[in-house]
Amino acid sequence: MFISQLGFYSLIIGLIFSIIFLPVAYRDLFVNNNLISSNVFSILFFKLFFVLVSFICLIISFVNSDFSNETVYNNSHTTKPLFYKISGTWGNHEGSLLLCLLILVFFIFIFLITSRKEQKKYRIITLLFQEIIIIGFFLFLLITSNPFNHLFPSPKEGLGLNPILQDPILAIHPPILYLGYIGSSIILSSSIAAIIQNQVNNQWAKNLKIWVIISWIFLTIGIVLGSIWAYYELGWGGFWFWDPVENISLMPWLCLTALVHSVIVLEKRSLFATWTLVLSISSFTFSMCGTFLVRSGILNSVHTFANDPSRGIFILFFLFFLIFISLIVFFFFYKEKKIKQKNFLFSKETSILINNWFMMYFLSVVLIGTVYPIFLEVITNEKISVGAPFYSKLFIPFLIPFLFLMSIGPKMAWIRQNVKLFNIKIILLFLLSIFLSYLILFKTEQRTLFVSVLVIFSIYLFFTTIRDFFIKNQINFSQKISHFGFSLLILSIIMNGIFSREVITNIEVGEKHEFNNGTIYFKNINTFKKKNYTSIVGIFKIKENDNEEIYLEPELRIFNQPLIVTSEADIKTNFIADKFLVMNLVKGNDYYNIKYQTKPFMIWIWLSAILMCVGALINFFKRK
Amino acid sequence: MYGKKVKLRILFISLLLISVILSIFLILKSLEENVVYFFSPSEIKNLAEIDNKKIRVGGMVKDNSIIMSSENINFVITDFKNEINVSYVGSVPNLFAEGKGVIAEGFLKDSNFLIAEQILAKHDENYMPPEVKEALEDK
Repeated sequence: MFISQLGFYSLIIGLIFSIIFLPVAYRDLFVNNNLISSNVFSILFFKLFFVLVSFICLIISFVNSDFSNETVYNNSHTTKPLFYKISGTWGNHEGSLLLCLLILVFFIFIFLITSRKEQKKYRIITLLFQEIIIIGFFLFLLITSNPFNHLFPSPKEGLGLNPILQDPILAIHPPILYLGYIGSSIILSSSIAAIIQNQVNNQWAKNLKIWVIISWIFLTIGIVLGSIWAYYELGWGGFWFWDPVENISLMPWLCLTALVHSVIVLEKRSLFATWTLVLSISSFTFSMCGTFLVRSGILNSVHTFANDPSRGIFILFFLFFLIFISLIVFFFFYKEKKIKQKNFLFSKETSILINNWFMMYFLSVVLIGTVYPIFLEVITNEKISVGAPFYSKLFIPFLIPFLFLMSIGPKMAWIRQNVKLFNIKIILLFLLSIFLSYLILFKTEQRTLFVSVLVIFSIYLFFTTIRDFFIKNQINFSQKISHFGFSLLILSIIMNGIFSREVITNIEVGEKHEFNNGTIYFKNINTFKKKNYTSIVGIFKIKENDNEEIYLEPELRIFNQPLIVTSEADIKTNFIADKFLVMNLVKGNDYYNIKYQTKPFMIWIWLSAILMCVGALINFFKRK
Repeated sequence: MYGKKVKLRILFISLLLISVILSIFLILKSLEENVVYFFSPSEIKNLAEIDNKKIRVGGMVKDNSIIMSSENINFVITDFKNEINVSYVGSVPNLFAEGKGVIAEGFLKDSNFLIAEQILAKHDENYMPPEVKEALEDK
């Protein structure tokens, strides 16, 4: 009760500091010395402190199960384990926004202390624009989704957290994803500052690159964590479903990936300045659009906590406001510098430009696939959905040239590359890829032209990225790792798609189910009583071909508050394939619905995505 | 007439334009072929003809209608006005139960019978797909 009040008032104090910051920083803009006034520093510090206090208060309210707080009441329960009481703090709309705000004020502080070497005016304008975003979040939080709403009389028991969210990975998935999204706000603010200061140059690109890479890393890890969670918890056994909410995280990711590449050209060759700015602005726009679409309840998914149209309208106006300002600054302040640069068709610049085009193509596919159903429903009231076939049809044909260009592009030199058409080693490597893909596809029924060509080029890219480790060339080490990670990711996804097998059946305890090359025997079930759920564990004996018998023990959890059944898949992982078994019980029936899957190279999908991030991280360690 | 540089630039811009137009055309074309329309059982009854396109049907699972066998699951989707029989082979989500909202995706055999390929997962017991909610409110 008291703690909750404390949290609320420190949030208000934080807002007051934010508002005071604007005139203080603005006045400092015109003071002629190169040091930012200590007032600016202390205001940002105190603001960080108060928002942190507010966030900690919310955590304490959750830990103490203080049900006089509406957010706690709606999302917590006394029988919930401590760990999920804490993670439940950001497992809901209000709490997750408070976390967002905390990360925003944390990042602005980090920006202030890490940008000492840059020009004062540039720093202050960045801070000012960032502060406008922060005030927007403060108002959004306090007006439409206050996490400290008081309930009187206070209820005895809370409503509980949705059990599928009670999961260790999901405890860290939102904070990491937010770090990625919020990182892009710094990219936007510093772009605005650079435009106003007329210093869109290679030095600025160097500084911007750090933030781009940080956001990219966090966004990638956040997406991977969400994907791992969906794989084992939602019980579908896939890792990407083209669900609108997944797409929404993919859009800023594609934008940032393009930006990571184009910013290098700006840094090294002072080219693509305008294009880099466009990408910076759109990265943040896509992040914010994601928040808008998810939070407003337009897209329904596991991420939609509560639907409240006023929230959507607020974010929409805020979004338009930010885009409006950005565009005004972009069109009226931006002076494109004419730099005399020699350009040749075969060069690293060109190959990065082509990479960016591909990214934009993938981005527009995802954007149209996600937004079109919404527009159609608003305009014609027809309800449609766009699924995986749409995306695979549009992605696969373009993936083939993309993979090929990726295998040759990075080796190009800046400015001009002399192209040798016949390099015997490369041709041999290519023939080897054709041969290998023939071996791989020989026994499967997947022998359509597209698939074969796709496999050939992904293997070829895989080989070339490995070969790059052993030869001296243009590519630096971190890029080698990231590109190798990407080629491994594509290869694993394709192999996974081609070789996944599944058996779905309904089965009673004690029964045996035969499928074409094995049997599943449902031995028995055990029931356990846990703190906030009852667990039913099925014991299955599976024999495939001549392999050893394996035991898999999927579980059903019947939660008491709220009353929900969740399936916990049992997965046996090794480096070749995952064995995945999940069961489900339909009320009033003796049959258990089971799904047994063999998913090849599953672990490589996660590992390779992490490898891409490791490659990006190495960037930070190689600067002397 | 024009310098080499200008010519190159014109070539570049026209290439860019053509590829943008082509890709947008491609996206829209493929969108047209791959969208899945949503219907309520009543809307299916009113359909003039049944074609071979994949559709989604949403409504409530009728009480006492789920019949499971080792091969498949049969049940009835209702919007309390009209009903449709569904036959399904595959895995069912946790919240699939009698008296709860459901969306089945598959092909119509006739106006009374749907062969489902997928039953969509819900995440929350209070959650009802907006399509279902609307279909139920319309009655």
